[in-house]
Amino acid sequence: MLADLLEPAAKRVLALLPVLLGVSLLVFALTAVGLGDPARAMLGQRADPELVQQIRRDYALDRPVHVRYATWMSRLVRGDLGTSYHQQRPVAEIIAERLPATARLALAATVVAVVGGLAAGVAAALRPGRLLDQVLMSAAVLGISTPVFWLGMMLSLLFAVWLGWLPVSGYGDGDWANLVLPALTLGAIHTGTIARMARSNLLEVIRQEYIQTARAKGLAEWLVISKHALRNALIPVVTVIGIGIADLLVGAPLTETVFAWPGLGRMLVAAVGQRDLPVVMGAVLVFAVIYVLANLLVDLAYLLIDPRIRRDR
Amino acid sequence: MTAEALGRSSGERRGRRLTIGAALVALFAASAVLAPWVAPYDPTAVPAALSDTMLRPPGPAHPFGTDALARDLFSRVLHGGRVSLALGLGVEVVAATLGVAVGLLAGYHGGWRDSLLMRATDVVMAFPSLILAIGLIAVFERPGLDKVALVLVALGWTTIARVVRGEILSLKERDYVQAARALGVGHGTILIRHLLPNAVGPIIVAATIGVGSNMIAEAGLSFLGLGAQAPTISWGSMLAEGQTFLTSAPWVAFFPGAALLLAVLGMNVLGDALRDFLDPRWRD
Repeated sequence: MLADLLEPAAKRVLALLPVLLGVSLLVFALTAVGLGDPARAMLGQRADPELVQQIRRDYALDRPVHVRYATWMSRLVRGDLGTSYHQQRPVAEIIAERLPATARLALAATVVAVVGGLAAGVAAALRPGRLLDQVLMSAAVLGISTPVFWLGMMLSLLFAVWLGWLPVSGYGDGDWANLVLPALTLGAIHTGTIARMARSNLLEVIRQEYIQTARAKGLAEWLVISKHALRNALIPVVTVIGIGIADLLVGAPLTETVFAWPGLGRMLVAAVGQRDLPVVMGAVLVFAVIYVLANLLVDLAYLLIDPRIRRDR
Repeated sequence: MTAEALGRSSGERRGRRLTIGAALVALFAASAVLAPWVAPYDPTAVPAALSDTMLRPPGPAHPFGTDALARDLFSRVLHGGRVSLALGLGVEVVAATLGVAVGLLAGYHGGWRDSLLMRATDVVMAFPSLILAIGLIAVFERPGLDKVALVLVALGWTTIARVVRGEILSLKERDYVQAARALGVGHGTILIRHLLPNAVGPIIVAATIGVGSNMIAEAGLSFLGLGAQAPTISWGSMLAEGQTFLTSAPWVAFFPGAALLLAVLGMNVLGDALRDFLDPRWRD
């Protein structure tokens, strides 16, 4: 069984290499186009000319572009993302400080979306076409269409300003109350997507013969749904959870800005304002790598859940 | 419920969805196009007696209230729709054309051209879109709507390229295409006359939903200060202003966001409904 898994898993990991190479080339190209003279930008206008020359040599700025890429890449694999112009310290260090807050928010939003989405999807699929189904599915489309930053403001207005139940914004030293509104906001789009997918999959599975058989042998309806239908209906939902990771990462700069959340997204936006390009490119790269790896994990989870695709692909 | 009744009711629901989506989109398009004639006030005029009329709640004179510079929010929301519509639609037309071209080339010729083009889409799709958009905008000296448009085109072609490629791959082996080729019909004619028309349905669906995504992306970037700059009126930058006054004057943030929500909702509902009609595989 393990050998069955290993080969397709290795294939998927290998397939990532050209994509990651392309990602690194694109970010390098942006860095190269956007930086002007990085040595000057790093040290300021009145820097010691010798020091500027030193930096030029270190980063191979005086060499042809492929040598520069190789130098940049060899620094990258050692975890060196360059130095922030604004803060004069390693970009990797700055990102490492901000990553936990974003990870916490993204995980909480995923929990919101998976729990809320599955519950709504299953509830809607139990009586298709009835009122509950229509209300839930309308809510799902509404959730998908709502701009996250506006939703964040409206939730904050309702629950923080008017009702006073939760803090308006801020990290609050990691207090749970501060996490609720950002997580609901960021999870909203994703909840809608999962709900729609769960509903349509479940409806498809319920029509199949083995479900009719399970019903015919007199199993209780909840047992039919939970033991027989849900497992198969969930397989494509795993993919949607993967796709939704993109929604989460896209929403991060907006949600973090609305709630003054000290994460990677807000750092990225601030760095664009300060024209701190090493930080911008470092953050873009980290976001892309997280996204690619998350999709890999989803692919691998797929292999584990569904034995059928192990042989096919 | 019998299968027949279920089929009929889902058919009715399809029709209703199409109506709702088309109505919302028509309302949005009409108000954007007619804004200069419909808007009761000049959306950028700042009155001299500022303190008397600024941040007024919605009322008979100003149905959506006024902002911090005493400008009429209803007129500003109407004018903001023009930016949203022009950018959403304009970007999608260019991006979809690009995507169709890439998809046709990749799907029809196959081989190294297909591999190269598809790896390129893989790389663009390996980035969460708004993150890459922010990174691209950072490269420019100063932000603006023209850069937003450029960046959204650069990111927006991939979905349609994949859709078209998939359609072409399955269509090009059909007998009628083989027959055309055997008759000596040129590649260009086969692509445009015989293959492309069959892929039009999925293209329209993807493009409709794409318009909505572009509008959300533009508003998001403008909200972050990376898109439209004053005096250009964008729902996104209005929302950024609105956040400043969220506690004291919530209407400043409410109306532009609600307008954006309805417009995007219209696009999504219309796209879903069109998918049901144009793409039988999606019919439930």
